[in-house]
Amino acid sequence: MMAEQNTAAPRRTALMVVTWAWVGVPFAYGVYELLLKLGPLFGG
Amino acid sequence: MPEDGQTLKYSTSGGFLSRARSVAPPTWSRWLVPPAALSVHLSIGQAYAWSVFKPALEDALHLSGTQSALPFQLGIVMLGLSAAFGGPLVERNGPRWAMFVSTVCFSVGFLIAALGVATGQYWLVVFGYGIVGGIGLGIGYISPVSTLMKWFPDRPGMATGIAIMGFGGGALIASPWSAQMLSSFGSTTSGIATAFVVHGVVYAIFMSLGVFLIRVPKEGWRPAGWTPPETTGRALITTANVSARNAIRTPQFWCLWIVLCFNVTAGIGILEKAAPMITNFFANTSTPVSVSAAAGFVALLSLANMAGRLAWSSASDAIGRKNMYRVYLGVGALLYLVITLAGDSASFVFILCAMGILSFYGGGFATAPAYLKDLFGTYQVGAIHGRLLTAWSTAGVLGPLIVNAIADSQEAAGKTGPALYTTSLYIMIALLAVGFVANELIRPVNPKYHEPPATEAPEKNIAAVPQGGS
Repeated sequence: MMAEQNTAAPRRTALMVVTWAWVGVPFAYGVYELLLKLGPLFGG
Repeated sequence: MPEDGQTLKYSTSGGFLSRARSVAPPTWSRWLVPPAALSVHLSIGQAYAWSVFKPALEDALHLSGTQSALPFQLGIVMLGLSAAFGGPLVERNGPRWAMFVSTVCFSVGFLIAALGVATGQYWLVVFGYGIVGGIGLGIGYISPVSTLMKWFPDRPGMATGIAIMGFGGGALIASPWSAQMLSSFGSTTSGIATAFVVHGVVYAIFMSLGVFLIRVPKEGWRPAGWTPPETTGRALITTANVSARNAIRTPQFWCLWIVLCFNVTAGIGILEKAAPMITNFFANTSTPVSVSAAAGFVALLSLANMAGRLAWSSASDAIGRKNMYRVYLGVGALLYLVITLAGDSASFVFILCAMGILSFYGGGFATAPAYLKDLFGTYQVGAIHGRLLTAWSTAGVLGPLIVNAIADSQEAAGKTGPALYTTSLYIMIALLAVGFVANELIRPVNPKYHEPPATEAPEKNIAAVPQGGS
């Protein structure tokens, strides 16, 4: 059981990175595109 | 359809989509659940970017503006209806099943719409995106709610805030992405149809992460180092459970319905007319707002709406749900008053106040599931949340109707500038005041509505145990 948990931990970390990147990267793209539109409001 | 709390049977049988097959192993991290929820919410949030397709559809299929808006409007109506009526099914079959249904409906909706555009049959676009896709919106919206709250009993506001923020973020992704696709494929019938096919396929792949990743906690699971308080620090937070059937019989549900409806009405009134509103407001000043600056204002409001979902909902874990809604409704009304009194004297005052109102609009959506959990427990909170979302459908009609009808009549009367909106702003203040009173009337639920203590969460209640509503 202990050994099972030891191997599960790094696998979960990799899964965590992949899954958060899966949703985080498109979200960051959306926010970036949005920030580009703010220029005219504050830049005149 | 069997009414929840009466004859529900929670199937243990085998399929991958069943609740029993999605119980998490002991080593599963609860931080894997928000990405599963976000993969669905970031996708279905595309609905708010439908306007990108409108001009192309109008040109290619010779439609009026009203006709081209139909798929979106029907989609939002179906969202409310499917969330309200599909809630018990979601509770019964579990989040994996719900996310699968949402993925299939949302993606197939796009494919049907593609067929409609390619063959010039616009009714197929309305049916595909509006009806089939709309069912995907409603089921997908409520699919992760109760699961997230079971994984994060210590921070339910933050957990649902993350997911519901995703719904706001979906349009941010889809808007530039869809526009880029139309520009690449062309705005002809074949170009739009190709864009719809790509949307359907990509969203199916993207949402599949949620289907594979979602897990429900094992019965009795708790976060490490956290023990549920014997008595909650706040009177409104219950340790009992209320079925969806009984919840809608309580005054608390309908008070919260009014709170959500009027908070959304106040926000959507600005959101829906943001660009023309800021342009009209400062039209008679020495520094009128340009079209591109108005687009920047719309983007800023989207950001405030999204940030409010996470920030205010997380704050509600610390200060309590009732206090948080006091802020949304009370401070929201004050911000509307400042806009009304300041008029066109300073654009930054208008922008800051509008941002505050939109952050409260988003926060109101995101805090609602945790408020329901406080009042009714986690037993059937997803189904109760689905029924509460009919307030959103109502507000979606009410808010734009008030602002547009009054602005049109004032314009016809020869008025310009802030005068076009003054009456609407006072109406919004009044609605927020009514919502504030409704929030004050919310008290703990009468124990006569509680389920018997033997009633457990649906995943444990596997055998058919009829639970008569009390």
